[in-house]
Amino acid sequence: MPGEETKKDLVQLKGLGVSEGVAVGQIYLLDRERVAAPHSRIPPEGAEAELARFKKALTATQRQLELIKKRIQTEESRDLQYIIDAQVLILKDALLLQGTEDGIRQGLNAEWALELVRDRIKTVFEHLGDEYFRERRSDVDYAVERLLRSLLKRRAESIEDVKGNMIVAARDLSPADTAQMVHSRVIGFITDMGSKSSHTAIMARSLEIPAVVGLKNVSQLVKTGDMVAIDGFSGEVVINPDAATRQRFAELKKSFRSYQTQLPRYRRLPAVTLDGNPVRLLANIELLEELGAVKRYGAEGVGLYRTEFLFMNRKDLPTEEEHYQNYRKVAEAVFPRPAVIRTLDIGGDKFISQLELAPELNPAMGLRAIRFCLKEPKIFKTQLKGILRAGELGNLKIMIPMISGVEEVRASREIIEEAQAELKKDRARFAAGIPIGIMVETPSAVAAADLLAREVDFFSIGTNDLIQYSLAIDRANAAVSYLYEPLHPGVLRMIRSVADAGRAQQIKVAICGEMAGDPFYTAVLLGLGLEELSMSPYSIPRIKRMIRMIDQGEARNLADRLLGVPTGSEIASILTKKMEEWFPDFRSDQVFYKTGLDDELTKGVKDAEHDTHIGISGRRTSG
Amino acid sequence: MVTAQYTIANRLGLHARAAAQMVKTANRFTSEIRVKSGDREVNGKSIMGILTLAAVQGSLIVLTVEGPDEKEAMALLGSLIMGKFGEE
Repeated sequence: MPGEETKKDLVQLKGLGVSEGVAVGQIYLLDRERVAAPHSRIPPEGAEAELARFKKALTATQRQLELIKKRIQTEESRDLQYIIDAQVLILKDALLLQGTEDGIRQGLNAEWALELVRDRIKTVFEHLGDEYFRERRSDVDYAVERLLRSLLKRRAESIEDVKGNMIVAARDLSPADTAQMVHSRVIGFITDMGSKSSHTAIMARSLEIPAVVGLKNVSQLVKTGDMVAIDGFSGEVVINPDAATRQRFAELKKSFRSYQTQLPRYRRLPAVTLDGNPVRLLANIELLEELGAVKRYGAEGVGLYRTEFLFMNRKDLPTEEEHYQNYRKVAEAVFPRPAVIRTLDIGGDKFISQLELAPELNPAMGLRAIRFCLKEPKIFKTQLKGILRAGELGNLKIMIPMISGVEEVRASREIIEEAQAELKKDRARFAAGIPIGIMVETPSAVAAADLLAREVDFFSIGTNDLIQYSLAIDRANAAVSYLYEPLHPGVLRMIRSVADAGRAQQIKVAICGEMAGDPFYTAVLLGLGLEELSMSPYSIPRIKRMIRMIDQGEARNLADRLLGVPTGSEIASILTKKMEEWFPDFRSDQVFYKTGLDDELTKGVKDAEHDTHIGISGRRTSG
Repeated sequence: MVTAQYTIANRLGLHARAAAQMVKTANRFTSEIRVKSGDREVNGKSIMGILTLAAVQGSLIVLTVEGPDEKEAMALLGSLIMGKFGEE
């Protein structure tokens, strides 16, 4: 009937795509609203009955959790089992039980007594200095909430209630929710919080369902039954999609499916252009957990291992042994292929709790990366020793970020030599001739690339920072973010000149920014003279597919032509036209031409997650 | 009564997974088990108690066990802590 159906507004959101895939469906809003427990007085003669009621609810809740645990008895969910274990132990904890029973004996009903004890326990947690332990109060909340629902004879709302194929929306997912996804018909999920490394994201990847996290307030924007379209690769989420959007997502889904069926075939194929030029495709990773994906998606090694994760969520600094154990795993996993370990790149938008860094007005241009390491040589040396030792067991390279000139390279080399001398004195085994390279991401490094090329063994162009620094824009500032143009003539010229400088000194030049993982730019990058591209492992098959359709000679001509075009928008339109001409399926296959995970932008979201661990295993054991 | 001092050596400290293992082990014994870190002392059979110790890597903890099976309890808990709770 006309007028009865209110037209809902289309809302477009961008979050962090943590598990690829496309889904369109109805929302199931997992509402974490507090249950309102009645508070009442119990006369002394009623205490025994109230105690019995409490014990009954307790047993029922414990049984629920044991059941959930039983259903996830698989090897890969061992970590999840511990999470549930911890919930069970909270419900068996004398602190909680004794306190509640005392309250009941003093004349409070079970709900009231339980809430009082919970609040008292949470106060203790809230006063802890360490963030990880402070956040464990949410585990107490999850467990008590379950118990309260049982007392009120209300069924614990869970993902198992999801009927049909639905997309779960929540502020955050509890450990038990995540565990139950294994057996539900959830086809995707979207959350306000979260990061690539939260266990919910890891779970979604292993279940191969799309997930977008870090959407800030999506759980307040939707209700159960709303339609939503999500793209777990780009992080795009559209609430109440119109016909055109639905059509677009249906196409995305189709091309994603065909891409998935082609994936295994692409893993084995070499990345060679039509005219026979090999291109090396490497993976950017930051968690040891991703080493599996490096192999699965056919990377020829690790082109960028971000080591910041090692420093996060702790009070003290990682020891040399920890560094060593961590890098050793990377080295051994990819051997005989190479792995590039980037030394600590904190500062700017990144934050490490144990170092009391003075607040900076402009952190992107502040004391970060190599500047910080040279100021704190002990921290730097500890990391370098770990890399040097692990280098014995594989094919590792050291990469130094944010180099602005030769002096920083020489100062770094001095510390590397000191590290080697100290290892020699300790009679430790280490890789003596380990290659040392730099990130080229400041305009001065580009201008002095010919001088730097004489001092190092390889270059890796970090386009994200390079674009930001050379166009002088703060990407977090919405007022100027429109200036962020990867195809700006200035950017293309810089990439060409770095590639030329590398070739003149016969050192390898790679690119590891997000441009490398976006097929739209592949032809341009090859044409500018790059032979190594490093990207999220998930992007490798689509880039490889692109490379195999490109003629290097034509790419070179295209790049030469684009270098003479005066504006970024003209370059973009020429490139788009050329791509359509070369690859007729360019439009229909659009999903693979979208920009991948926006590494630098998502850092903020990631770090925010480190402040707000989801559930008990927020701190991962394999990282 | 037996008392022993340990340094938490595993990377994550007495985080949830390690605390759960410790509490599960402690609950297998009838002895009373106390865990002290800094000036806080908690019941070793209480997961929330252990978590509120917020014992990160490198923390010093003192274990006190008293009861009929105190020696066995101490031996098992000690090997759990020194074995870094099975973390690599």
